[in-house]
Amino acid sequence: MQNSAQIEYDYSVAKCFTFATILFGIIGMTIGVVLAFQLAFPELNYLAGEYGTFSRLRPLHTNGVAFGFTLSGVFAGWYYISQRVLKVSLKESPFLMVVAKLHFWVYFITILLAVVTLFMGITTSKEYAELEWPLDILVVVFWVLWGISIFGIIGIRRERTLYISIWYFIATFIAIAMLYLFNNMEVPTALVSGYGSWIHSVSMYSGTNDAIIQWWYGHNAVAFVFTTPIIALIYYFLPKESGQNIYSYKLSILAFWGLLFVYLWAGGHHLIYSTVPDWMQTMGSVMSVVLILPSWGSAINMLLTMKGEWNQLQSNTVIKFMVLASTFYMLTTLEGPIQSIKSVNAIAHFTDWIPGHVHDAVLGWLVFMIMAALFHMVPRMFKRELYSKSLMETQFWLQTVGIVLYFTSMWIAGITQGMMWRAYDEYGSLVYSFIDTVTVLHPYYTIRAVGGLMYLIGFFMFAYNIYKTIRCGRVLDKEPANATPVAA
Amino acid sequence: MFHWLEQRPFFFAVMVFLFVAFAGVIEAIPDFAKQARPTVGTKPYSVLELTGRQVYIKDSCNACHSQLVRPFKSETDRYGMYSLSGEYAYDRPFLWGSKRTGPDLMRVGNYRTTDWHENHMRDPKAVVPGSIMPAYEHHFTNIADIETAYAEAYTVKAVFNTPYDQEGMPKLGTWEEAKAAALEEAKAIAADMKDEKVKQAVANGEVPEIVALIAYLNSLK
Repeated sequence: MQNSAQIEYDYSVAKCFTFATILFGIIGMTIGVVLAFQLAFPELNYLAGEYGTFSRLRPLHTNGVAFGFTLSGVFAGWYYISQRVLKVSLKESPFLMVVAKLHFWVYFITILLAVVTLFMGITTSKEYAELEWPLDILVVVFWVLWGISIFGIIGIRRERTLYISIWYFIATFIAIAMLYLFNNMEVPTALVSGYGSWIHSVSMYSGTNDAIIQWWYGHNAVAFVFTTPIIALIYYFLPKESGQNIYSYKLSILAFWGLLFVYLWAGGHHLIYSTVPDWMQTMGSVMSVVLILPSWGSAINMLLTMKGEWNQLQSNTVIKFMVLASTFYMLTTLEGPIQSIKSVNAIAHFTDWIPGHVHDAVLGWLVFMIMAALFHMVPRMFKRELYSKSLMETQFWLQTVGIVLYFTSMWIAGITQGMMWRAYDEYGSLVYSFIDTVTVLHPYYTIRAVGGLMYLIGFFMFAYNIYKTIRCGRVLDKEPANATPVAA
Repeated sequence: MFHWLEQRPFFFAVMVFLFVAFAGVIEAIPDFAKQARPTVGTKPYSVLELTGRQVYIKDSCNACHSQLVRPFKSETDRYGMYSLSGEYAYDRPFLWGSKRTGPDLMRVGNYRTTDWHENHMRDPKAVVPGSIMPAYEHHFTNIADIETAYAEAYTVKAVFNTPYDQEGMPKLGTWEEAKAAALEEAKAIAADMKDEKVKQAVANGEVPEIVALIAYLNSLK
């Protein structure tokens, strides 16, 4: 049915998640910059007693950005996109409205509690799964609420065929549900023994098994929090913003199912040269390389969507954000497989090249895409014109330079350290002591911190721009038009 | 096939689940039992060591230090024998880490001593000039939570059959026995330390975090 003109979409929940995106973005990225400066200038560890050390803040940073900022952006995108591509308004179902609001509040409280507990040092130590069991349960609750929201809105849809973005949202929901449940299997110790802290738990798996499950989860939390939902966003917002149809439907199908089929194997590349069986390491390595195909499939599909309309890059900064995001997605998904090749991994593993790689993905792909999505959504949700295009343009270049400083310095730092660790002199003894390989990194750590700071300033400009748009942007009587109009 | 699927959310979701689940099934299950088998001589942690391990986790030491020696000559020369799967049989959770901002600690008990750790935790730069590690002064004043460590040992014994109280293995016993044993261990470590307040606290029946942490680090061999 093509009656979208009569449907009045309800953005109340999407707006809540938009605010959360900005709030957690500021918290997560500010802590990230503090961490970067701490590595270059260790005295900064003492800003807040035991609560300010690098080690305490590091999980706070990763959780803040991954589950605070990113998930908020994803959920904001979901409550905006789903109504539009499924041709229903959230208002039509009071039940789904309650679920959506509950989803937001349970989520928001969980993240706030996560910040508090991580500050206190309450952690399970498993990367990206640091939260202790009571919070894990809350995570499951808001995830189930999101699931009800997904399948509920799909259930009352008027558009029979599910758009590509919806595929990716479904995949995100199912994969994370499975991964999260298995990786967070733990036994609360106070319940069994009757002694000690009630919040403490012990992992169901031990040693090497724990590592296998953890990286099966850990890498795929990246896959299904940092990749699939962001692809869902770009599949909707790029065509809408540019007025172009997706380049290839077949490529979308191939890239989607290919990604799902291959991605779960790639976790093994975190365990190369560890004590897991050799075949698993090899599979992790091989499948990571195979993963280039579906990843580049999506990215190329995006870039070719701009075919014949590249001039829009000059006139529309939001398009710029999205094209740069796709390009960084390609860079990251080439860099990752290269690091998964055993001989490269031998040098890269445990070094700064790894955070460098992650930040290519997070700063270049994910945050850029979420900001582009909000730049598109906010004027439509609040019916106001974007406050400042030139501010957006300045932000774009500031952050782009920030990313370049970040990844170049981390590449050099990582490879330098990896090579120094393995350097032998003519008598067969190690050339460098460990501390030699630390002090040599100081200039690169400084460059990285400066790059990160530029990126953070850009994010503050973004937040200011959005704030001013909402508060005093010019009121629009109808939605801003796209560059070239397409249906829906 | 895909045209049919994209109009049927239920079957679509089932298909997605099958696509993502298969790798985990093939990858994780086959070697699960084998991986968990301890090597000869590997023992569960004593309650004090476990307390220290919890301090290590609380302050995310694993964010900067790995506990995994890879099978390269450069690593075995620097850190000792490369890691074997069975050595981690009693590690819940595993603490391999993913980034070495500081050196590997898998076998740190072989080449660092109690007083080295004491000095290092109080002022890393004094021991290792150029170190970027923060000082952990609060480990000297915070009192460690032995009771939660006992709860953990009790739990892994009850739920996972971790061999406490068996012949040649660490003794766990009741909470009172475990507490007394942990204090004895703590006294032995405090005897090698310089800090008077720490010695005093141990004499008063309390274990500062630093003592437990050093017990744990010394056990890494």
